[in-house]
Amino acid sequence: MTRLSAAFAKGRPALVTFVTGGDPTPEATPAILDALVAGGADVIELGMPFTDPMADGPAIQQANLRSLGAGTRTADILKIAADFRARHQDVPLVLMGYANPMTIRGADWFADQCHAAGVDGVICVDIPPEEDPELGPALRAKGISLIRLATPTTDAARLPAVLDGSSGFLYYVSVAGITGMQQAAVGGVAEAVARIKAASDIPVAVGFGVRTTEQAAAFAKVADGVVVGSALVDLVGQHGANAAGPVQELTAALAAAVHSARTTT
Amino acid sequence: MNTANSFRNQPDERGHFGQFGGRYVAETLMPLVLDLEREYRAAKQDPAFHAEFDDLLEHYVGRPSPLYFAPRLTEELGGAQVWFKRDELNHTGAHKINNCIGQILLAIRMGKTRIIAETGAGQHGVATATVCARFGLPCVVYMGATDVARQAPNVFRMKLLGAEVVPVTSGAATLKDAMNEALRDWVANVHDTFYIIGTAAGPHPYPELVRDFQSVIGKEARAQMLKRTGRLPDVLVAAIGGGSNAIGLFHPFLDDPEVKMLGVEAAGHGLDKEHAASLAGGRPGILHGNKTYLLQDEDGQITEGHSISAGLDYPGIGPEHSWLKEIGRVDYTSVTDTEALEGFQLLCRTEGIIPALEPSHAIAAVTKLAPTMGKDQIILVNLCGRGDKDIFSVAEHLGVKL
Repeated sequence: MTRLSAAFAKGRPALVTFVTGGDPTPEATPAILDALVAGGADVIELGMPFTDPMADGPAIQQANLRSLGAGTRTADILKIAADFRARHQDVPLVLMGYANPMTIRGADWFADQCHAAGVDGVICVDIPPEEDPELGPALRAKGISLIRLATPTTDAARLPAVLDGSSGFLYYVSVAGITGMQQAAVGGVAEAVARIKAASDIPVAVGFGVRTTEQAAAFAKVADGVVVGSALVDLVGQHGANAAGPVQELTAALAAAVHSARTTT
Repeated sequence: MNTANSFRNQPDERGHFGQFGGRYVAETLMPLVLDLEREYRAAKQDPAFHAEFDDLLEHYVGRPSPLYFAPRLTEELGGAQVWFKRDELNHTGAHKINNCIGQILLAIRMGKTRIIAETGAGQHGVATATVCARFGLPCVVYMGATDVARQAPNVFRMKLLGAEVVPVTSGAATLKDAMNEALRDWVANVHDTFYIIGTAAGPHPYPELVRDFQSVIGKEARAQMLKRTGRLPDVLVAAIGGGSNAIGLFHPFLDDPEVKMLGVEAAGHGLDKEHAASLAGGRPGILHGNKTYLLQDEDGQITEGHSISAGLDYPGIGPEHSWLKEIGRVDYTSVTDTEALEGFQLLCRTEGIIPALEPSHAIAAVTKLAPTMGKDQIILVNLCGRGDKDIFSVAEHLGVKL
């Protein structure tokens, strides 16, 4: 069993957390990642900063700028990942970002680096199934999960293409929009998740616009996992190098809400 | 394969021009991009669509634009004859309107009720606001806050035309950031919104359809040149930011082997300093939906373009140009801010035409090229925009206080 499949096989919904690597500095990120683990996150998404984060709302845009402004390089992100793996053997780590930084030195280079750093999966926002050859084959050859996104615009005809070649989990984007902005109605998300579950055994985590413990609990009732990003990234923006404490506190509250969502009423 | 020897049958079914182009967009947009492609294929086969497009270009835009022989510029340069395709005489003062007419007709065909666009200098924003007023659709134009400050007259034009201009403060607050923000709007409003992209770039099918709409430039020029001189030009010259005016001129000539082509990028302060020459100083990467030459660092972080012409300072270029460069069908060169300013003044002085700073780059390249050619040879330059919008920045660069 891979680290990712184990994270979704604990008999309860999983909490997936996102922070941007190198925000506010590469040196500050390890303590923030440790806070996510200590708070009870089941999967860690580490954002690779990019100058042009087209799918992200203001919170994560600012995080990208802070990280790049601190001089974060791709090598720093890979080192943060490798060091994380040395500290936490069992917690799955996923890199999330945009196509250009991932492919600029070649997909094989990136897949090799991810493999060496102990990265379990990769989410690339702007490589849809139609452009899979750009990155997918290289990752799969190294045993790294390519985690795709499905959205409210992914209709039944498209879903098989999205699922084909996906592994680890499927990231269901709850609203048509950018990160951290609108909130989706739980009913619509439940239907969408059910549709995906009918077509595949892959775990489904729901994200985009999930900011509070109440929202997280509501989505956890209908999905295998819940992704929280912008709310955590806001804390990093607010507390900078001292963010680990507040991040752990929010993560613990989210984890309690998500993990118990199906056992409480 | 009866089309194997054509340069005009790109892109392939997946929207690729060789290794370039493609559809690198978020999943939310992918179904919409596929819809657009289907609708564009249908429109291409529909005589009524072409009839409406042609009618608007003739009676609203003022096409065909003249083909003009420039006698005094030719005399001054002392070599090849210099001719201009005068797209600066179009309604709104540039070639941008050709594309906007085509895209708004597509938007209406698709039942979309809201239009968004990005703009740098404001020319595409003005052209988009214009067609939105003409068809009564609400229009939101994203423009970098830096550009809003530099291009006040165009901001006011857009507002007069009824558009909402949204200043973008993210990133460096210029064209690429405006495009990011337009994409963010689009992804949140896919159900009713059509994104009118201003150049032959972005996810497939945009590079193809923008090229097709702009190809009216080259089709007219080819027929006009044959009628006037009985022959084809020896060299075509056009300025390149994203590259829509250049591909519009070049594409109908690509299969004429005797016609050479020269695309002129903005070398800004110089290729070793700040510039916007993606082909000369960049390398292939993925941004804004397509794979193409980009200005970027070793990590693939995008760097800012610089040019005296706000219409050229984009860190990328349309994917078909990247392909035409790689296969060697088109030559590309670059011209500095200073050289472009000299070209600008030269055309004012010799022909009584105030060009935009974008085609001033093409004119500057011609001043180097024409003297090396014979007097019986012909250079055809795309005069893609008029200079009214640029007189303030030109005055500033020349140290003149208005």
